[in-house]
Amino acid sequence: MAKVLLKGNEAVVKGAILAGCRFFFGYPITPASEIAETAAYYIPLVGGTFIQAESEIGAINMVYGASSGGVRAMTASSGPGLSLKQEGISYLCGAELPCVIVDIMRGGPGLGNIAPDQGDYNQMVKGGGHGSYKVLVLAPNSVQEMCNFAILAFELADKYRNPVIVLTDGFIGQMMEPVEFPEVQVEVPKKDWALYGEEDDNKKLISSIYLDPDELEEIVIKINKKYKRMEEEEVRYEASYLEDAELVTVSFGVVSRILSSVVERCRKEGYKVGYLRPITLFPFPKKIINKLSEEGKAFLSVELSNGQMVDDVRLNARQSDVHFYGRMGGNVPSEDELYEVIVKILKGERKWLKTG
Amino acid sequence: MAKNRLGKSSAFYDIYERNPSSDKTVTHYCPGCGHGILHKFIAEALEDYGVWNRTILLSPVGCSVFAYYYFKVGNIQCAHGRAPAVATGIKRAHPDSIVISYQGDGDLAGIGGNEIIQAANRGENITVFFINNAIYGMTGGQMAPTTLVGQSTTTTPRGRDIYNEGYPIKIAEIISILESPVYVERVALADTKNIMKARSAVRKAINYQVENKGFSLVEVLSPCPTGWKMNPVDAKKWVTNEMQKYFKLGVFKDVGKERKSRKVNGEKVPLNKVPDIIDIPSDEKKEISRIEKKSEEKFLKRIKIAGFGGQGILLLGVTLAESGMMEGKNVTWLPSYGPEMRGGTANCHVIVSNQRIGSPLVDWSDILIAMNRPSLDKFEPKAVPGSLIFYDSTIVNRKPERNDVKAIGVPFTEIADGIGSTKVLNMVALGSLIRFTGMLSPETLFEAQTRVVKRKEFLELNKRAIKAGMEFIDSLKES
Repeated sequence: MAKVLLKGNEAVVKGAILAGCRFFFGYPITPASEIAETAAYYIPLVGGTFIQAESEIGAINMVYGASSGGVRAMTASSGPGLSLKQEGISYLCGAELPCVIVDIMRGGPGLGNIAPDQGDYNQMVKGGGHGSYKVLVLAPNSVQEMCNFAILAFELADKYRNPVIVLTDGFIGQMMEPVEFPEVQVEVPKKDWALYGEEDDNKKLISSIYLDPDELEEIVIKINKKYKRMEEEEVRYEASYLEDAELVTVSFGVVSRILSSVVERCRKEGYKVGYLRPITLFPFPKKIINKLSEEGKAFLSVELSNGQMVDDVRLNARQSDVHFYGRMGGNVPSEDELYEVIVKILKGERKWLKTG
Repeated sequence: MAKNRLGKSSAFYDIYERNPSSDKTVTHYCPGCGHGILHKFIAEALEDYGVWNRTILLSPVGCSVFAYYYFKVGNIQCAHGRAPAVATGIKRAHPDSIVISYQGDGDLAGIGGNEIIQAANRGENITVFFINNAIYGMTGGQMAPTTLVGQSTTTTPRGRDIYNEGYPIKIAEIISILESPVYVERVALADTKNIMKARSAVRKAINYQVENKGFSLVEVLSPCPTGWKMNPVDAKKWVTNEMQKYFKLGVFKDVGKERKSRKVNGEKVPLNKVPDIIDIPSDEKKEISRIEKKSEEKFLKRIKIAGFGGQGILLLGVTLAESGMMEGKNVTWLPSYGPEMRGGTANCHVIVSNQRIGSPLVDWSDILIAMNRPSLDKFEPKAVPGSLIFYDSTIVNRKPERNDVKAIGVPFTEIADGIGSTKVLNMVALGSLIRFTGMLSPETLFEAQTRVVKRKEFLELNKRAIKAGMEFIDSLKES
């Protein structure tokens, strides 16, 4: 198909519609508002429902209701809104309801600002709500991936009966790039567990309450088996120059775009730097990091936060020096800045080791 | 009229298999509790209207959290207070289903206060039964938003104090002042007469949904002997003598007869029509509009465009990126987004390349377009040696100081004014840029702006502006 120049926030909606999503419930927030606006424009035109909810809590619970009805439903927000949605996400996981949630990260904590940031890593990847649950997290770094991952997210959500998060920063949401739309047509199949307003419904129950400790434990073990399966089947990452690398950069979102340029420059200058971009933040690409660590490589995690993903890198790179370089408040490191950090590490002039 | 029956309603399970109790024929409710009676009226109405087999019931958090033990319908258990939002989701997904939100006073009037008001205000075509027993039963007798003044509970041990907790909240009154709801009534499960009125209210509220009239809410004053530490007989009396004094019974709103039935099902859109509807161009369109420019040489232009908000900076960038894409290049466009869009400074980064684009940020520019003095001051130091700086010589009162860059002063504003609108200065800039660099063909640019400019009345003016920008460059070359 022909290419279209679109914002990431627009592409993710069009991808979702191609994936059969016909229900969008959202609340405006910069820098994610174009998602709701695009959905408000197109979703009714394809016979779907868009509702501007009263709150993020309302929106996520509308998703809970629609998903109970077996349809593909979606919501989107930015950090402060995601904090409010966490209650609903826990219930969705407990009731095993699939849906797609987009988080276009902005500066925090608190009201912070609207500039790009990655400080929601912990709340999204580690599960910011209550209980022993996980969500699958996809981290696009281009507008094309915003479209593709919306489609993938709905597939994975249904496959695992679990919410899937599309997590990226304000820049990936706001930037425009050409998108080539895949030729996808999805007729969402009827789900045997969902409610359709028909007699057979009375055999089904959408719920996350299990008063008996043994029963609840069994359920939590069951949903955790899904997470285990995700770790076996769904790990995705992009990598280059790993083989002879002395230092491997780890990043996602807009930072991974900047680092892709920086790593090229390092290679041209003869520095042995590798590039690793986790595409799934959960499941995290543990095995490859572990392998690289065993080979004696050092790591540098660059994030728009106080260092959140770096904890996952360190956990899986026990034998290595794991450096961390972060910018916050909406600041984005320049290519020069990161080049300098890398060169200093390689020359042994300075370490950026996160402690604690 | 209700059918006479001796047996249980079809809307109840014969045996309550989901109830973990050893006796699966009785409910978990305490003796003298109102939930059982209300359950019975709802189940009876669902059967009588012939809709039990398409009903979805939402259980709240509270004593009726286990309503799904009993109702032989589709059941969803919801987070505390969120049932009206969940109801919205499922009802919109299946408009032919009958959706009932069953909520207690803590759930609906406390933690879920916003959800109920907003669902009511949207006029969701659902039925809400609101059990008001002035106490939190499930958690052991704490204060509810509807606890009466002076009533002692485990969290108002000295009685509800209006200076600490305020007065009990009147939900039926609040909901009834909204425009959207169709029917709001408060009833009481106390004496026989009022119990029969409650039964009628339940039936009416369900029937309005069956007729697709919209939102109904029935507030049900209900005895809680356990929570109130009374015997069932005294509890019923307390409803009559104490609760009804403050919570007046009656119909607060009923516009069901005037309201038209809403259309519930839209037309289904065939999947093969979807790409066209959501503006994904087909392959045929690509052949017409896409102008390929073959070039094997490495091509990379990192462009920074900066100026005041309102100068059309972002649109200039988008048009440039669109044109680059149409000529088969890779492009990125990155805005300084947010408050900048509403005045103040604006800038955007555009990269056009025939290589894969890594970072979309332009730290060092190959081309800088400075539309005002602060932009030139800020970004001139970050121009690559040998690069180009275009600036608006009408309003920028200095020339670039660097002597290792090529500076091209174009009176964007003056030229735009000459054409008739300052607004098109961005297109003047674009015209001069492509003429000077030859990086894009004018035809591509003309076509690109028809795609990205939303207000079509500007197309002709824009085209003239692009041409004027080009002509100015030509005049420089001639002189």
